[in-house]
Amino acid sequence: MAMATDVPKDGFRLSMLVYDTRYRSYTIQIVVLVLFAMAVAWLLNNTVQNLEARGKEFNFGFLWQRAGYDIGQQLVPYNNDDNHFRALLVGLANTLVVAFFGCIFATILGVIVGVLRLSNNWLVGRLMTVYVEIFRNVPLLLWILLTYVILSEITPQPRDFRVTDEMAAAGQAPAAEMMFFDSVAVTNRGTNIPSPLFDRGFGTIDLGFMSLNLTFLAVVGVIAGSVYVNRRILASARATQEETGVRPVTWWKSILILFAPILALLVAMGFHLEVPTLQGFNFTGGILVAHPFTAMVIALSLYTAAFIAEIVRAGIQAISRGQSEAAFALGLRPGRTMNLIILPQALRVIIPPLISQYLNLTKNTSLGIAVSYLDLRGTLGGITLNQTGRELECMLLMMLIYLSISLSISAVMNMYNSSVQLKAR
Amino acid sequence: MDKHFARTDMLPPQAPPITERGAVKWLRENLFSTPFNIALTLFGVAVLYYLIASSLPWWLNSVWTAGSLGECRDIVTASAGEGATGACWAMIRPWWGAFIFGFYPPELWWRPISAFGLLFAALAPVLFSGQTRNLTNLLLVVAAFLIVTLYLTSAPVLAFVLVLALIAGFVAVAQVQPGKLIWFTLIYPALCFWLLWGGSIWSPIVAMAGFGILYAVFRLASPFIGFSPAAGAGFLVAVLWWLYLDVPVVDALQSMLPFSLQAINSDQFGGFLLAIVIGVTGISFSLPIGILLALGRQSDMLIVKTLSVGFIEFVRGVPLITLLFTASLLLQYFLPPGTNFDIILRVIILVTFFAAAYLAEVIRGGLAALPRGQYEAADALGLDYWRAQRLIILPQALKISIPAIVSTFIGLFKDTTLVSFVGLMDPLRGVTQIVRADINWKGIYWEPYIFVGAIFFLICFGMSRYSMYLEQKLKTDHR
Repeated sequence: MAMATDVPKDGFRLSMLVYDTRYRSYTIQIVVLVLFAMAVAWLLNNTVQNLEARGKEFNFGFLWQRAGYDIGQQLVPYNNDDNHFRALLVGLANTLVVAFFGCIFATILGVIVGVLRLSNNWLVGRLMTVYVEIFRNVPLLLWILLTYVILSEITPQPRDFRVTDEMAAAGQAPAAEMMFFDSVAVTNRGTNIPSPLFDRGFGTIDLGFMSLNLTFLAVVGVIAGSVYVNRRILASARATQEETGVRPVTWWKSILILFAPILALLVAMGFHLEVPTLQGFNFTGGILVAHPFTAMVIALSLYTAAFIAEIVRAGIQAISRGQSEAAFALGLRPGRTMNLIILPQALRVIIPPLISQYLNLTKNTSLGIAVSYLDLRGTLGGITLNQTGRELECMLLMMLIYLSISLSISAVMNMYNSSVQLKAR
Repeated sequence: MDKHFARTDMLPPQAPPITERGAVKWLRENLFSTPFNIALTLFGVAVLYYLIASSLPWWLNSVWTAGSLGECRDIVTASAGEGATGACWAMIRPWWGAFIFGFYPPELWWRPISAFGLLFAALAPVLFSGQTRNLTNLLLVVAAFLIVTLYLTSAPVLAFVLVLALIAGFVAVAQVQPGKLIWFTLIYPALCFWLLWGGSIWSPIVAMAGFGILYAVFRLASPFIGFSPAAGAGFLVAVLWWLYLDVPVVDALQSMLPFSLQAINSDQFGGFLLAIVIGVTGISFSLPIGILLALGRQSDMLIVKTLSVGFIEFVRGVPLITLLFTASLLLQYFLPPGTNFDIILRVIILVTFFAAAYLAEVIRGGLAALPRGQYEAADALGLDYWRAQRLIILPQALKISIPAIVSTFIGLFKDTTLVSFVGLMDPLRGVTQIVRADINWKGIYWEPYIFVGAIFFLICFGMSRYSMYLEQKLKTDHR
């Protein structure tokens, strides 16, 4: 009996490569591969020829030459005698720190706005809709430029904060005042914020390529330890509850273990805040946060928050009303319904698009060039590129770095995502 | 004796209590239902009051006619008193041309305007296929728009008459054979290019002839060598035509029949003209590329799939700025020595790739959301791959992903402002910087940003509303 799947016995003809579905996919793939290889070879060949014609070569040796330019905001110690690689690291740190703060603020604001848009309150719901629509439909670049211009042109000069003796005698207030109990001053040169200082810190260790701040490490270590111990306490409480049905009282243990060690450490190290003060024509002490950074963080968070708000709203709306009705029928209060029933389910809908918003925010930090914020794009892809004339190397390296940042963020967030997704039974 | 009392007539229903009707009920339910809600309302009122109180005088004291920012402030002080603030919209008067057209010569503004009007005439058969009335209405609106704007920009009489005759012809064709209008959509890119950049009329015609040759070769060869080889052969011949015959043929035709518009250089483009040129071209080319990439990513063929995934992930992993810099700095390395083509074209190509990668992911979501049965049913009907995609899969998948596709388009249009980083004059940073550097308008910031932002908002908001309408119109389920 001949089966429909039996191979016809009349041998292989060349036309079967095109017409026979068994072979066609191989033909197509081989053609595509050959075309792709030819395109790559063509590009490489052109690149080699062009490099030769310009008398350039392809190597990354320029990274170890002296950079010779200054960078305003540096989280990695740097001066203009350091090499281009060091400048790259400074730029990378600047990119990451803007992305970090941007993501945090955007998430907080976005969740609040998204929930408020769904509230029963007509007025607040409308206000939030207006906010979301305005920020989503206008380019991010406008928000960055506008925030920066406002910060640097509307804010007072440092001398406006001064109180002269005559003014004090006449009871006049200065033209500008500091905020938050005289600890933060926004001037047209930057934002002055208090800096944490330690009288008896642990100092730093020099490892050659970078220096380790032991004080900072100690604080981080103690906090991490407290959180870990707190988790153990909660886990054992849960175990006891499973066993006996009675949950032991843990809140005072948690508070104690979370706050006592870090407070003790801070007191032991002599922690205090150094508040910026006006000396002559400028503020001294504290930390001066430059306006490009502030403008980037504000604009990026406001813009991305509008998108996150929509994601949160869609996520909560995706949970059917029956879920909350069932929870109410079980006698859960609205707060617990939100925490125990709605949010865990909504999170599964919210997280994947949230990841791509974080990625977008990180990529959008490259717009910092518009306000002269020296991030990766400003150092490696800007000044270093212009000084050394190594367009090819700089651009490829920069793309590679952005690509690895994106891929690692999405890997981390995907891990988190898979941990909250429903486990299929 | 029956003492029971029974009412024989109905009582009229009583009005609900005052707290349960009208404005009071609405206020109670929507603004003051719980203590938390009351707090929210008060907070909202406070925010609203702060916003209005701080900006209303500024809007009310707007100045519409002045020669400089200083003059504006003098007028505001004179009319509203010392220390009053007021918007200075007078800035728009000398600069609106730059915001809309960049440095495009004012006597030639009729060319981008005609191109813009004809764009809708070209879109009409796509947007309203088969709906003669909507199609005619849209064409009439386009005609009205063109009459007013072309008159205002004092277009040459010949151009005025030609453009309007063209539209009148479309309206006539739309009544008889609306399907034929799609031909204009097909030749529109060449016409638009010629209107915007000028130069010899033969270069766009000869370039479009390449597609004609592709089709002719395909039709002639397909009975003999089959579908796919014929398409390949047609493509090959067309590429050869563009590479080797295009330039000599254009030169020959131009010397025989010289007919050209004044050529405009790319650096004269700017403002919203530039944003719309890049945005519309990017949108129209990224959709087909995005569909192909999405299909490639879903494909069973390992190599096709790997290449698609690699391309999509690479493009999505890097910021658009780096791609734009690739366009301006690196393409000179990747192309044969001595090639130098237009910066706007290079930017458009990279923006298109960027949007295509995002669209591919969006469309993949739509493809994945289709029930497996649809694919199996298409197979069971004996449809081949492309027919199944065209008739069964894509219409449904694209319909599902319309909102996401349109928000990608909106993102692309907003991202056109980034071209200012490669030296093109976008409305936001390019033109506004020039305005802010002008001696008369130094120190102005709210007004130009609000002006540009409002136009962007109108376009993007309009696009998102249109997508909602489309979604509603195409909805076929009965939920």
